[in-house]
Amino acid sequence: MSSVEIIQVSKQFGAVFAADHIDLMIDDGEFFALLGPSGCGKTTILRLIAGFIEPDTGRISIGLSDMSGIPPEKRSIGVVFQNYALFPHLTARENVAFGLSVRRVDRNEITSRVNDALDMVELEGLEDRYPKQMSGGQQQRVALARALVTQPKVLLLDEPLAALDKKLRTQMQVELRQLQQRLKITTIFVTHDQEEALTLADRIAVMDNGKICQIGHPEQVYERPDTLFVSNFLGQSNIFSGKLIALENQVGKMVTDHEISLSTSWTRNKRVGEIVRLVVRPEKVKIAHQPPTGSNQIAVKIIHRVYLGTSTTYLMLPPHGETIIAFVQNEQSMPAFEVGQNVFTYWEAENCFLLED
Amino acid sequence: MKKSIHVIAYAYAILILLFLYGPLLVMVLMGFNRSPLYELPFNFDLIWFQRMFTNERLLTSTRNSIGLAISVSILATFLGTLAAWALVRYSFRGRNVLQTLLVPPITIPWLILAVSMLLMFYWLKIPRSNMTLFIGHVGVALPYVILVMITRFQGMDRTLEEAARSLGASPLVTFFRITFPMILPGLVAAMMFTFAVSFDNFTISHFLAPQGVSTLPVEIYSAIRKGFTPEINAISGIIFIFSAVLILISSREIKFF
Repeated sequence: MSSVEIIQVSKQFGAVFAADHIDLMIDDGEFFALLGPSGCGKTTILRLIAGFIEPDTGRISIGLSDMSGIPPEKRSIGVVFQNYALFPHLTARENVAFGLSVRRVDRNEITSRVNDALDMVELEGLEDRYPKQMSGGQQQRVALARALVTQPKVLLLDEPLAALDKKLRTQMQVELRQLQQRLKITTIFVTHDQEEALTLADRIAVMDNGKICQIGHPEQVYERPDTLFVSNFLGQSNIFSGKLIALENQVGKMVTDHEISLSTSWTRNKRVGEIVRLVVRPEKVKIAHQPPTGSNQIAVKIIHRVYLGTSTTYLMLPPHGETIIAFVQNEQSMPAFEVGQNVFTYWEAENCFLLED
Repeated sequence: MKKSIHVIAYAYAILILLFLYGPLLVMVLMGFNRSPLYELPFNFDLIWFQRMFTNERLLTSTRNSIGLAISVSILATFLGTLAAWALVRYSFRGRNVLQTLLVPPITIPWLILAVSMLLMFYWLKIPRSNMTLFIGHVGVALPYVILVMITRFQGMDRTLEEAARSLGASPLVTFFRITFPMILPGLVAAMMFTFAVSFDNFTISHFLAPQGVSTLPVEIYSAIRKGFTPEINAISGIIFIFSAVLILISSREIKFF
């Protein structure tokens, strides 16, 4: 069992709470992402788990044993740092061998395990290069092999892909996920990139100001965010505030501040008469001259259009209220609507939701 | 137009180099001239080098200087490295004040430092001895070491040490296998530099050395007062080349000068 338990952990730097009474349970073999803007405390959590810093209050356990006062070298962890932190005076092979040699593993065994680790990350032929003679992607692989060769209970990744270009990053995401699933190693991944968290993680904790805002599977946090912060951090949102006026058959009807009627099938526990906020993701929003009956629909004027290859982004303005944004798949080679056209924007009740607060 | 500026700049640089190295060149050349009165024509001879090697006072003081400089460079580098480590890695009350106070001793004239040290030893009733000489030299060498090593430690990524710890290395193992190899070039540079500082130092030695003990610069000074002989040129030439090589090697590491 290599689960990680964080119970009521706080860490203060001066007057700022980098971790504010955090509770987290990460399962054995899980790929868990800590997602949030810079300064939200996600790296602090990782450093607390690694033992580089000690919590002010609370308790952390790895594999059911309490880590209080245990130094990093006795925690059985593997860490990949944002800047990789490869030892510049050692070759790729020596970097990977470091963790085994300080454990006084037998020389022959070191050789074979280092070779296996280098094979695993596809670095054959680069063993004798120094870090500065390798590309960013290659250094990343060495860092990963170095962290995994000691067979740690937990793998901690601090924005390991942030320094790579977009194409390489996408490729490394896939490789990282496959490797993690093959080794079934408990992995905690810190990132500020919501797409990366959605792609890689089994579960995501969204953080802000040292607190966890929401924990859930990628679909949960993206499709059903609890708060405006989570909704906005994970993607773009069209937000309508108003009052809930009816609840029938699990469908809630609301009237916005600008007298638009909208309905949603995700009403949480809101009661009729409450002030609520309804969110619809831009890719759920469709555009037509004559929208289907029964859907949420608003008469709008198209004010801006951005062609993005696979999709087109439309900005639309209703007679009253704020701009609505829609991502429309380019199913035909020519965009269907022109700037200045008066059209209807519409979406289904099951594709939008109310925020918890 | 552009080319003429180029030529002027080039000529200017050469003039400055001539100004700096001309006297040294004359001195070294005269060490190879047979005439004791620096008369021309130039007659190549190694007689002054031979004389130098039979001049016991000169040889003894040279040995004193080398021994002193080696021990000063070792102790100053050791103490200074620890101080720099503390200044970079730990935050404590008064750290900034301490770090700022390191710079003035470098700019204070050695004469004033030497006199103040002499007064301090007098006041503490410590007689001039090899130990006072040694302490004085270490004192003037320390700030250089600390400044060199601070830049070295600051340039070193702290996550490297964390990475080593996460891989199972204790703090001690981390220091010897990661930190030490990375600061080694800085240590070597600091040792060479402090060696040169101590070896070249006249003022501190003049005031703090015990009776009857002299270092090479002090010996050269008293020899000149008695009457200049080209033996001094010979040994000065050797020291000049030796010091220049040390500084050239270590200056690759010392970037703030």
